[in-house]
Amino acid sequence: MAGLLTIHPEVLLGFYRDMLLIRRFEERAGQLYGMGLIGGFCHLYIGQEAVVVGMQAALEPGDQVITGYRDHGHMLACGMEANGVMAELTGRVGGYSRGKGGSMHMFSREKQFFGGHGIVGAQVSLGTGLAFANQYRGDNRVCLAYFGDGAANQGQVYESFNMASLWKLPVIYIVENNQYAMGTSVKRSSSETHLHKRGGSFNIIGEEVDGMDVVAVRDAGLRAVAKARAGGGPTLLEMKTYRYRGHSMSDPAKYRTREEVDAVKEKSDPLEMLRKRLMDGAIADEAALKEIDREVREIVAESARFAQESPEPPESELFAHIYSEA
Amino acid sequence: MIQALNSALDVMMARDPDVLTFGEDVGYFGGVFRVTEGLQQRYGATRCFDAPISEAGLVAAAIGMGAYGLRPVVEIQFADYIYPAFDQIVSEAARLRYRSAGEFTSPITIRTPYGGGIYGGQTHSQSPEALFAHVAGLKVVIPSTPHDAKGLLIAAIEEDDPVIFLEPKRIYNGPFDGHHDRPIEPWSRHPAGETPEGYYRIPLGQAAIVRSGSAVTVLAYGTMVHVALAAALESGIDAEILDLRTIWPVDIEAIVASVKKTGRCVIVHEATRTSGFGAELAALVQEHCFYHLEAPIARVTGWDTPYPHVFEWEYFPGPARVGAALRRVLEG
Repeated sequence: MAGLLTIHPEVLLGFYRDMLLIRRFEERAGQLYGMGLIGGFCHLYIGQEAVVVGMQAALEPGDQVITGYRDHGHMLACGMEANGVMAELTGRVGGYSRGKGGSMHMFSREKQFFGGHGIVGAQVSLGTGLAFANQYRGDNRVCLAYFGDGAANQGQVYESFNMASLWKLPVIYIVENNQYAMGTSVKRSSSETHLHKRGGSFNIIGEEVDGMDVVAVRDAGLRAVAKARAGGGPTLLEMKTYRYRGHSMSDPAKYRTREEVDAVKEKSDPLEMLRKRLMDGAIADEAALKEIDREVREIVAESARFAQESPEPPESELFAHIYSEA
Repeated sequence: MIQALNSALDVMMARDPDVLTFGEDVGYFGGVFRVTEGLQQRYGATRCFDAPISEAGLVAAAIGMGAYGLRPVVEIQFADYIYPAFDQIVSEAARLRYRSAGEFTSPITIRTPYGGGIYGGQTHSQSPEALFAHVAGLKVVIPSTPHDAKGLLIAAIEEDDPVIFLEPKRIYNGPFDGHHDRPIEPWSRHPAGETPEGYYRIPLGQAAIVRSGSAVTVLAYGTMVHVALAAALESGIDAEILDLRTIWPVDIEAIVASVKKTGRCVIVHEATRTSGFGAELAALVQEHCFYHLEAPIARVTGWDTPYPHVFEWEYFPGPARVGAALRRVLEG
């Protein structure tokens, strides 16, 4: 595992806790969905937890994050409250967007999380604009713009690459290659399947990263962030990862075999890999990990309770926040 | 009008370091219609600069800048080029405030020359205002004089909501009343061609009565304001002409007050007829003024065709067609 020797044990334990929180949160969201408490779209992040947790560890306070619609993990990694995220899923007033955004559309100024976007690839260009604003203000911030392997085929992604490289913007493009754009595999949709090479003609250096290895992710993130902060412009990180669940809750998952999914879970589950390292390195014992598990379960249980008890927004919310109040 | 728009940008860039402007040919070249001329020299290439021909990407970049508190003014070289950015305008700029419950907003202005009468054919003549007025969360502004253009652009830049600022390019250099066979009159001979120095704003959502009258209300905007004025003059009909100036939010109070007074209404726009903004205006007028109407509401618009190069003046609603409509509603 990359960088293990240079990383503080407490930091590794923190990674484990954050990744576990995302997994348990998503499992619970899936249950609430099954119970009919969450309607519409719900894209679970299970399997990809190491990506956001590793990348977040490469950031400083004030740095920005923007992503697409599989966003619950990103928000939790940013430090947004599980309560607010879960309550948005159930469409309650205690949700981050007062129930008006839903699963794909949540935001937090405090945590510099800029959404949560439901149009495939659109957030990549917005993140480019955020990075422009950073450069304009000279505030030394960087922006992480996440997207998926499906979005990698959107034209505006390349318009963004061109501008970001041309203007040396402090942005990190992170393609979370979970290998399936809904039901279409990368092989069936992309002439160049090594997505980290896609920045080449814009002079953007790309790097392939084991997205199941949180430390490898963090190390790649640190390199890219340092370069961006120093005025070196964008980097494209391709995170090789995998989503265990369907694209959304209504996905019959006929496009891949159970064996394929099981093999990933067996051999490269990000949480299990990290757990093993913690135990093997004598960084944590069974009791310590159990304590983390207990803490996480409590947070998730509380979020599920909050998401059901928080009231639905008043009808007046229907017409609020369309235009400025002035 | 070009100098007025340039002055508005100049004023706002001087007042607010968060205001910047960019687009295709906007920086070095000063804009294809010269609206941004001199701004790069004055404010540097960080605040006035060229963007690649990437409308979706550059509008999106502006939305990102806006989410972080800047006030970018994007130029789309022709309104006809705006469609690649439609997704970003509709799904991101217009909705960011709502879906973040006010956490983030999109204080951006998208300026773009629109409309026909310049022999531009179908990809340099379109009037897409209704497409944007249809989208909750957007504001749509169309000036008809240099004086208004400057005050409205300043107000648009100061808006915390995304504004689509459509500039009738046929009247960039002078008011055009639809008589294409007559010499062009420059703005210098028009009273509203004069533009005060420095800062002033015309609030969005306020129509102007450009001609008072009692026989019939004409609702118009952009180039068509001047066509309507010519039609009133030439027909001798005592029309009251409202220049809407802001398409959305529309000044419903001014419209209702005028139509209740005259009892008749003619709506004029250059865009195609079906589902054009005139349809919305007609619906609003009948909802608010039904019992005051003495005749059916008339619409004078472009035809439901792509912009027809060779038939430009058959398509363009000139003073003759507007005059005929005025007479028709008076007979009704």
